[in-house]
Amino acid sequence: MQQQTGETMRLGTLAPGQGGRIVAIEEADAPDGADNAERLRELGFAEELDATVLHQSPFGRDPIVVAVGSMTVALRRAEANLILVKTQ
Amino acid sequence: MNAPETVKTLRIALVGNPNCGKSALFNTLTGLRQKVANYPGATVERHSGRMTGAPYVELIDLPGTYSLTPKSPDEAVTCDALFGRSAFEARPDGIVCVLDATNLGQHLRFALELKATGLPMVVALNMTDLARREGIEIDVEGLSKRLGVPVIETVAVRKTGIAEIKAAIGVLGTVSEQAPTDLPPLRQLQRDARAMAREVTLAEGSGHKITRQLDALFLHPVAGPIILFSLLFVMFQAVFSWAETPMDMIDGGVASLQGWLADTLPDGWVLSLLNDGILAGVGSVVIFLPQILILFTFILALESSGYLVRAAYLMDRLMSSVGLNGRAFIPLLSSFACAIPGIMAARTIADPKDRLTTILIAPLMTCSARLPVYTLVIAAFIPNESVWGGMVGLQGLVMFGLYLSGIVFALLAAFVFKRVLSDGKRQPFLLELPKYQVPHLRYIFVGLLERAKVFLRRAGTIILTAMIILWVLGSYPLPPEGATEPDIAYSYVGIIGKGLATVFAPLGFNWEISVALVPGLAAREVAVAALGTVYALSGDEEVVADSLVGLLASGWTLPTALAFLAWYVFAPQCLSTIAVTKRETGGWKWPLVMIGYLFGLAYLAAFLTYRIALAFSA
Ligand SMILES: Nc1nc2c(ncn2[C@@H]2O[C@H](COP(=O)(O)OP(=O)(O)O)[C@@H](O)[C@H]2O)c(=O)[nH]1
Ligand SMILES: [Mg+2]
Repeated sequence: MQQQTGETMRLGTLAPGQGGRIVAIEEADAPDGADNAERLRELGFAEELDATVLHQSPFGRDPIVVAVGSMTVALRRAEANLILVKTQ
Repeated sequence: MNAPETVKTLRIALVGNPNCGKSALFNTLTGLRQKVANYPGATVERHSGRMTGAPYVELIDLPGTYSLTPKSPDEAVTCDALFGRSAFEARPDGIVCVLDATNLGQHLRFALELKATGLPMVVALNMTDLARREGIEIDVEGLSKRLGVPVIETVAVRKTGIAEIKAAIGVLGTVSEQAPTDLPPLRQLQRDARAMAREVTLAEGSGHKITRQLDALFLHPVAGPIILFSLLFVMFQAVFSWAETPMDMIDGGVASLQGWLADTLPDGWVLSLLNDGILAGVGSVVIFLPQILILFTFILALESSGYLVRAAYLMDRLMSSVGLNGRAFIPLLSSFACAIPGIMAARTIADPKDRLTTILIAPLMTCSARLPVYTLVIAAFIPNESVWGGMVGLQGLVMFGLYLSGIVFALLAAFVFKRVLSDGKRQPFLLELPKYQVPHLRYIFVGLLERAKVFLRRAGTIILTAMIILWVLGSYPLPPEGATEPDIAYSYVGIIGKGLATVFAPLGFNWEISVALVPGLAAREVAVAALGTVYALSGDEEVVADSLVGLLASGWTLPTALAFLAWYVFAPQCLSTIAVTKRETGGWKWPLVMIGYLFGLAYLAAFLTYRIALAFSA
């Protein structure tokens, strides 16, 4: 049977093809955490949406392209790391 | 429609997330032609126009924004307009909230934010053609009931739903403004919006499959960068090789017109003004129209297909190595057309330091006004041969090299500016990738027509005036008795040129070049026109028919020609660029820095090029 509750990972650590359901968007840690978290939300990242890494830059594997809901967003791994996903 | 009794203007703002079709809807409603392009950040200014059929309605097109707390200067334009914070404009009377039907869950959140401002509102549910194709079905009535405002389905680019939205806008004048309501926290608002989207979505749809497939190719780790580089290469090569035939035709046309005039008119100042002043000057610029149109075809296709944003993503790594981010690639690519829209587009960059750096380096991108200068000198000094087994023209390759050196020096300059200006913080790179769209041929055609008009108007106004003035200054005073040099050497132009030539002599510039640099301040291509006039005036009657290319090839040495090219890679010779920099940076400080560093680099580069080329040719 497929595992329902997987591991919680940071979106920015995933490889292309990996993804999961967003469980949280962190605001506290980084110096600009709150600001960046707000930007991520305004752009369309939200809890309970599925996010999948589609591509990574050929140069240094950063930034990445993420499918989230019905959108596609390019962002750097540092920002993506504010997003926690539960892999499935 | 309930037109109010008094002819009071009803001011309605178009608001929505970036790239949802606001400008396309604005154009359809007003009959105007604001820029429509398939990337977020195409609109950076407010524009207004009267609605066709209801001129008491003033529509205002605004930059897209993701929220009412602005993160970048273009978003601030929108928020200031909505809240009446702009010094010279009152709050609008109502808003048209444009939503992308293929992305309702995300866009509805912003609709809720807008609704809470209390302004009368209608919703344009746009891109319904794409939604239908993806199999998305939305209960429009249900959405309208839940939002408490009219919702109209539209396809802005195909004029669907336009009568309905016009009617709904007309009625907005009778709706009174409500007190603003408080919003729940962002996270809750997202949840509310998605719940609402779920309730009104009858069928989810399959997503845009073609976009996924094309991205698998264009963003492929190996194929992606190769395709990007090849595209840029083909673009610059095409500018050179495809334009050859039409340019020869225009050149021939101008020459035969000059010949006809010489045969018909009596010798005298009228003939000289027409042939040497106007046709030689303006004609030498007009022949570059085909090249400029080819360049714009590429840029318009890149912008409207959605590929431009992918290029920005691919370039992010390179840009971040000099401290910028991939976002800056979009204004920089626009600067290949002209630095002015490029500098304005830097408004989409959130960080003020990054934005300033982008503005300062934008003039290093080879704008289309530099094309005539490059082409002229290349045609005169670089043999028209093929290299690499006949695959690539040598002239096109040199052109590509000049573009590339502009880019390389721009990156180096960015590196230095970022070091000086920055607080060392890395700015986030966040960019929505729009769905690919097939570029509308009609749209590209209209864009090119517009471009051609601008170019010819400039040739007919600024350049024409400059050439007439130059002709007068170049023809008078008349030479003294027993003069040995051509007449022009004794004229005002000759006197000024010889004065300037002392400054430019170390670069290998003769007095003709030095004097051409002065009208070149108005716009770069005027320098070419000026060379045309100056050489036409100094030539004998027989060589008038000879084209400028031939005159330069016999008149300049190769080191001089190369130094001239090097000068133009940097030279900040464009007053409009300086003016727009002043406006965008709010003062004289940065435009002066820009002039200073570009002049310094231009002088240095031309000097080194000249000396090195001399050493090699010795
Ligand atoms: N298929 C389709 N494309 C549209 C529609 N409206 C706008 N577009 C395209 O969407 C892109 C963004 O349009 P634009 O008006 O510049 O969006 P803005 O950023 O909101 O001003 C352009 O490529 C338009 O051609 C529509 O109703 N259907
Ligand atoms: Mg727009």
